[in-house]
Amino acid sequence: MAEVLVYVDHVDGAVRKPTLELLTLARRIGEPVAVALGSGAADTASVLAEHGAVKVLTHDASEYADYLVVPKVDALQAAVEAVSPAAVLVPSSAEGKEIAARLALRTGSGIITDAIDLEAGAEGPVATQSVFAASFTTTSRVVKGTPVITVKPNSAAVEAAPAAGAVEALAVTFSAQATGTKVTGRTPRESSGRPELTEAAIVVSGGRGVNGAENFAIIEALADSLGAAVGASRAAVDAGWYPHTNQVGQTGKSVSPQLYIANGISGAIQHRAGMQTSKTIVAVNKDAEAPIFDLVDYGVVGDLFDVVPQLTEEIKARKG
Amino acid sequence: MSLRIVVTVKYVPDATGDRHFADDLTVDRDDVDGLLSELDEYAVEQALQISENSDDDVEITVLTVGPEDAKDALRKALSMGADKAIHVEDDDLHGTDAIGTSLVLAKAIEKAGYDLVISGMASTDGTMGVVPALVAERLGVPQVTLLSEVSVEDGTVRGRRDGDAASEQLEASLPAVVSVTDQSGEARYPSFKGIMAAKKKPVQSWDLSDLDIEAEEVGLDGAFTKVETATARPARTAGTIVKNEGEGGKQLAEFLAGQKFI
Repeated sequence: MAEVLVYVDHVDGAVRKPTLELLTLARRIGEPVAVALGSGAADTASVLAEHGAVKVLTHDASEYADYLVVPKVDALQAAVEAVSPAAVLVPSSAEGKEIAARLALRTGSGIITDAIDLEAGAEGPVATQSVFAASFTTTSRVVKGTPVITVKPNSAAVEAAPAAGAVEALAVTFSAQATGTKVTGRTPRESSGRPELTEAAIVVSGGRGVNGAENFAIIEALADSLGAAVGASRAAVDAGWYPHTNQVGQTGKSVSPQLYIANGISGAIQHRAGMQTSKTIVAVNKDAEAPIFDLVDYGVVGDLFDVVPQLTEEIKARKG
Repeated sequence: MSLRIVVTVKYVPDATGDRHFADDLTVDRDDVDGLLSELDEYAVEQALQISENSDDDVEITVLTVGPEDAKDALRKALSMGADKAIHVEDDDLHGTDAIGTSLVLAKAIEKAGYDLVISGMASTDGTMGVVPALVAERLGVPQVTLLSEVSVEDGTVRGRRDGDAASEQLEASLPAVVSVTDQSGEARYPSFKGIMAAKKKPVQSWDLSDLDIEAEEVGLDGAFTKVETATARPARTAGTIVKNEGEGGKQLAEFLAGQKFI
């Protein structure tokens, strides 16, 4: 059976959920071979094995943390040359897409980004994408080289599928370009204790209607009652009420949770682009004409300062 | 010292228009008004700021690859303050994918001459966000991408990249390829004077033969990927909308409980 390379996104050996989703998709095409790089790379093996990795290729070097993107491209290229895979799957993070693009160019291959589904096909893997602010769904194929495909979080379920997960050292020679862009400082994000926005099953967002940074506390309270991540519209972020890392929309994060709750968000195209593929959409807005209501499964026309606290209290009461 | 900046920009269909696909499954550009991709305005803005903060003699060239109408995007950038423009236009470019676009851009950037390339973080139509990395790979120069802050001093570009897990400070020697996010600073509006001045600024037109690119390397036939189907997303079925009469929060909780979210 053909092997499929899966690039592992991990923090010091802790594998992030989108990588496990990639293993589910990789198993539809062939046998997953994971590539884990940098500090803690070998520690990823057990969890990857539980989810279907037949092999885990690892390499650790300081270059991965000290220089931007290119060292990882060098390693992935070495893995492609060693394995001759049927496809390479990479999580659709900002960095993941850059790594994937450079890899595709080097290996004379096509690249598809932000797939939301992947199936085996007679002429190679077929990727589904959601485009034009989720108003169209396309299916595409790479027609030259080894398909390189980046996949968005929440595109597949995480499935247990025990496999050998044998750890093998990957031999990597860094290119002349590897040390071109130096990382001179790194400030880790402070954890909010809430789920990662792109990975969360439920996202609770606030927009212009929240009307002030201090009022985001009621959005956070609702999120916490549901174990949800907190998002914000561009209007709220541009006003300085909430950090840009939480922005949902075209220039922020694109999310596809089971449930999306939009509070005080009108639903401009820029926002819809980032949340329209959510499974269930709920909105609270005092403007009955707001375009967000065209998308919802359930909407409440009313003042969010009345509706949201009542909703939070009711959820807490029901959860007891 | 002089500093040559090339800003790559894209002419895109207006995101607020009814964007759709043509019969050959390329983006239809005829039925929807086009404009300079909003995210590229940030790139033009940062080029202008670098120029304003520099003691060097800075020359800003805006470069686009696209159909005849794409000149509108160049004109907008010139009216914001860029010095000159290059338009790569060729019928054989129709349907070119990201890999092919990066080839055309890289060849044009080399022909124009550069110390620094500045791009937006992504286009607002394709939204891949990979072209700056591809151009850097092709040019063999450092990629310093997705910056929220950028500065250039003594042949070194520095910037801040806000990632998911951490915020990183980056540094590279020129020549380099930079991309900037929408957090890098609001783009200026063209002044009346700028709009008038732009009419007199030079716009060069190049085709594929000027760049020594064969037609087979680009276009729909040269593409590394193929779109097989494009389907309009079915409109979401109309949901239940209630007016809050004092129980809106409880009604919403009831709905969520019915959907097993509580």
